[in-house]
Amino acid sequence: MSFDVQTLRAQFPILGTQVNGKPLIYLDNAATTQKPQVMIDALVAFYTQCNANVHRGAHALSDEATRRFENARNSVLTLINATRREEVIWTKGTTEALNLVANGLSKKLKKNDEIVVTEMEHHANLVTWQQACEASGALLKVARINDSGELDIDDFQSMLTERTRFVAFPHASNALGTLNPVTAMTAMVKSHCDALVLVDGAQGIAHCDVDVQAIGCDFYAFSGHKLFGPTGIGVLWGRYDVLDTWPVWQTGGEMISTVEYQQSTWGELPYRLEAGTPNIAGAIGLGAAVDWFMQQDRIALRQHEDELLKYAMELGSEFSGMTLVGTAREKVGVMSFLVDGTHPGDLGFILDQQGVAIRTGDHCAQPLMKRLGVGGTARVSLSIYNTVDEVDALFVALKKAQQMLT
Amino acid sequence: MAKLPSTTDIIDDLAFFDDWEERYQYIIDLSKQLPVLSDEERTDDRLVKGCQSSVWLITGIDQGKLHFSADSDAIIVRGLLVLVLAAYQDKSAQEILAFDMDAYFKELDLERHITVTRGNGLRSIVGKIRQEASQA
Ligand SMILES: Cc1ncc(COP(=O)(O)O)c(C=O)c1O
Repeated sequence: MSFDVQTLRAQFPILGTQVNGKPLIYLDNAATTQKPQVMIDALVAFYTQCNANVHRGAHALSDEATRRFENARNSVLTLINATRREEVIWTKGTTEALNLVANGLSKKLKKNDEIVVTEMEHHANLVTWQQACEASGALLKVARINDSGELDIDDFQSMLTERTRFVAFPHASNALGTLNPVTAMTAMVKSHCDALVLVDGAQGIAHCDVDVQAIGCDFYAFSGHKLFGPTGIGVLWGRYDVLDTWPVWQTGGEMISTVEYQQSTWGELPYRLEAGTPNIAGAIGLGAAVDWFMQQDRIALRQHEDELLKYAMELGSEFSGMTLVGTAREKVGVMSFLVDGTHPGDLGFILDQQGVAIRTGDHCAQPLMKRLGVGGTARVSLSIYNTVDEVDALFVALKKAQQMLT
Repeated sequence: MAKLPSTTDIIDDLAFFDDWEERYQYIIDLSKQLPVLSDEERTDDRLVKGCQSSVWLITGIDQGKLHFSADSDAIIVRGLLVLVLAAYQDKSAQEILAFDMDAYFKELDLERHITVTRGNGLRSIVGKIRQEASQA
């Protein structure tokens, strides 16, 4: 299969639009990716052809909605190489997936148990565990990174003790792009302690081949909207034997087996952890995005992304006055930076006037920013449909911003 | 300290430019007229909440008129602060509360700065100033 970025771009309607009178150059893909037409079509098709509630049977529309909804679950299963469909739980996104785990965890943890995270966490993969610790009296330990934004693997290992019950880390850092050796880290945890491992896959899923069996983790969480899917839908994958004993978190319809006025019994996985009418359209849309993604030549996509990032980092290191923040050897999709004498917010604003969309600020990672001694950064995040020309245009726009602001 | 421009100066000046670059160059140039607060003055309790950049606001009152000192670590926000203070500086609480900031920003064709609630947080600054005025 050959890869042609223009053919790929043509499938994303928004990429042909203008902002502020300039052609859109969308470089905020770590926040959310754009959507291919097939995904949008799947959403429209659901509402125009088979809108009905799922699993309630009794009529043809509901059967069709249920079929598409459950097919989407199978698509996710294939994407991440899970073994059982009961392991794929629909959530609103990564954040809700992490909260689902934290909610159960806080009931299982005891005083003086330990949770380990890293210094590069997104708030979602930190505050949730803080809360679980607060509720249970467990201790939160934070593994260090080095100045280039790589995990200090020795420090990580030293955090693992016989009291460690849970370890969470990102597949990749949203603020810096650092790619973590998740398989090796999981193996390290499993050989040192009796602890569950969660991988925050929000930034991994669109950039890496995710094989949950190969990683060996117990949970993998991601958001559909960062994988060319709609907002409001995400996935918690959990190992069946772990999820099967996981406490229910929200209660209501869909997740119930029997109900009497004073007591209820819970249904089977995955429904036991999916209370209420689910985001049916969202799941179907995500399924379409995943199917589309799996049909692409993903090796070529990966190579294209890697080349783009390498090119951007090269231009960045040559750009006078630019400091790159996060220069790990293994990175995906992100270039974070500062330009001497300018505020990232000002840079972002002047770039926006030129049609270039980036994100500025702390990237929901305040402790990480503090650790790196910066208040925030400007962040360029790439996806499969970005081009070399766009990276060139970014640096022309940055030059202009620098001239205006300094 | 040079006297800051009035709202009419600003409306006239901005009407003169037709591309974004000139307009924002003007706002950046305006920012240079805004006095910088010292590190001692930049205290956390003076930070305006809801801004992505840091914005500090000090309010004083003298013979019924409110006087503001404001600063930011972002240049464009400093420029926008000049636009805002042009309307509010050394005015009475009644005058401040009566001023239609949305209409003014619309006239300047800078509406997005005042309607977008997140981002540069101008809305929070205006809100904070109006709150100070209503308590004065
Ligand atoms: C690493 C990481 N974790 C978690 C999240 C939270 O994802 P969501 O807001 O889609 O729930 C994000 C989103 O920015 C992220 O980048």
